[in-house]
Amino acid sequence: MERRSPAFTIFIHACALLLAAIILAPIAWLFIMSISPAADLAAKPLRWWPQAADFSRYQTLLSTAENSAGAAFTSSLRNSLEIAGMATLAALALAIPAGWAVSRTPAIGWSLSMVIATYMLPPVALAVPLYMGLSHLGLLNNVFGLALVYLTILAPFTTWLMKSGFDSIPREIEAAAMIDGAGLFQTLRIITLPLAAPVMATAALFAVLLAWDEFFYALLFTSDQRAKTLTVAIADLAGGRVSDYGLIATAGVLAALPPVLIGLVMQRALISGLTSGGVKG
Amino acid sequence: MSSTWMTTRAWLLMLPLLVVMVAVIGWPLVDTVGLSFTDAKLVGTGGSYVGFDNYTNMLSSSNFSRTLVTTTLFAVVSVAAEMVIGVLAALLLNQQFHGRAILRALMILPWALPTVVNATLWRLIYNPEYGALNAALTQLNLIDAYRSWLGEPATALTALIVADCWKNFPLVALIALAALQAVPRDITAASLVDGAGPFNRFRFVILPYLAGPLMVALVLRTIEAFKVFDIIWVMTRGGPANSTRTLSILVYQEAFSFQRAGSGASLALIVTLLVTVLAVAYAALVRKTAGSAA
Repeated sequence: MERRSPAFTIFIHACALLLAAIILAPIAWLFIMSISPAADLAAKPLRWWPQAADFSRYQTLLSTAENSAGAAFTSSLRNSLEIAGMATLAALALAIPAGWAVSRTPAIGWSLSMVIATYMLPPVALAVPLYMGLSHLGLLNNVFGLALVYLTILAPFTTWLMKSGFDSIPREIEAAAMIDGAGLFQTLRIITLPLAAPVMATAALFAVLLAWDEFFYALLFTSDQRAKTLTVAIADLAGGRVSDYGLIATAGVLAALPPVLIGLVMQRALISGLTSGGVKG
Repeated sequence: MSSTWMTTRAWLLMLPLLVVMVAVIGWPLVDTVGLSFTDAKLVGTGGSYVGFDNYTNMLSSSNFSRTLVTTTLFAVVSVAAEMVIGVLAALLLNQQFHGRAILRALMILPWALPTVVNATLWRLIYNPEYGALNAALTQLNLIDAYRSWLGEPATALTALIVADCWKNFPLVALIALAALQAVPRDITAASLVDGAGPFNRFRFVILPYLAGPLMVALVLRTIEAFKVFDIIWVMTRGGPANSTRTLSILVYQEAFSFQRAGSGASLALIVTLLVTVLAVAYAALVRKTAGSAA
């Protein structure tokens, strides 16, 4: 290892502090806004730290009283959870068999390449027919309709992750089980799928994050509490005439909490997923 | 087991995915192509065939050319900044210092923050009356009066680019860091023995290892930046005076605000074509980079 001069060591630490400040300052400010009394946020000069922490906005948003700000928020929270859950399950159900098939039979790999190439399509290129189609099926402003549309984003990505996951499981293990007399589905169930469990978990987490983050289709295809997602509810708050900025910040903190926790806990798995070439779309 | 049966079985397992993809992507795309040759409205009857009128009108409109310039500017500047800052951050995180593991864990935060939350957060920071940026700059005596960062055409696009970079440079940093850690120790040690300075060491010893993963990140980030909608919609809706209107925002306005489905479809396909050309050009570049690095 290279020996470092004291000046260089100080320089490195200073840069590290700067980087930490750049990353943390906006996030910390979001949280501080959420617990500052409205008067502090409107004060000039701005009060950077609340005189007394005020957590009442969290209570307001999480209350389920009829017609309150909380009712709109909690229903969008529930819709986001339902849609992300359904879309993720459906995407995995499609991705696991398809990913295994492409991994073991490279001759059909071009079909997966075509599916992945759809990543280049801007959602606006599909939006009008999808709108008309959902309207025709009576699935506008409906959680099932939106979960179905989310497969356009989730299914190609999860299939690609599953395919690379199966690639790293040697097919010799499957062959050995089959020689011992196991049928194909028995082999998959007993040997392959348990070995692929970590990849499935990573794929599921990515899918949940993608669905949780989605905004464009949700903005177009939902109109009220029956299907509006969190992202749309927050954009409504930010674009509306809400006078208390702390309330907007609180909604942001609550919406960011699940993906941030997933990100921190699953750091290693997520980064290896990212660095193997994929990126959150 | 015969290889025909293997292939047939593989297609059968692939079938559910393909059916769903045709239903939610293939058919809508074909339908968009059809719509683009009509004057259809979003609601009501199908509209009648107008040939290439939508395309020629759109390509010759000043709205389109201006929006194309804005989109390109947004994509080039934000992606370039993300790459440079990301690589610098990765080089830093590859050094040894106290708290390195914590700082590396923190890098995941901006990436994990939902795009809409990020946009909302920066909208609050840029707020003309109560925003933290105005407060900080005034208290540091850098500006005399509060400014409307998102309300003035001169600063709105820059403000958006800063918000976008903040969210996306950590991802580039994490990708670059993973690549840096794959550089064999003895190679950097050997280059030290050979007397290579820090710059030459980066250029000739380390950069070849970074080139491949960075190219992939560059391609994906550019495609995303070219398609950008969410952050702009939440922060400015394309304003003020259309100074931050990107192609996806223009398509949205055309197809959904003005309900001109046909003309919106033609514009959406022009955007798709541009992204495809970009991706193909990049793919060739990636192959070249991978070839020279090997």
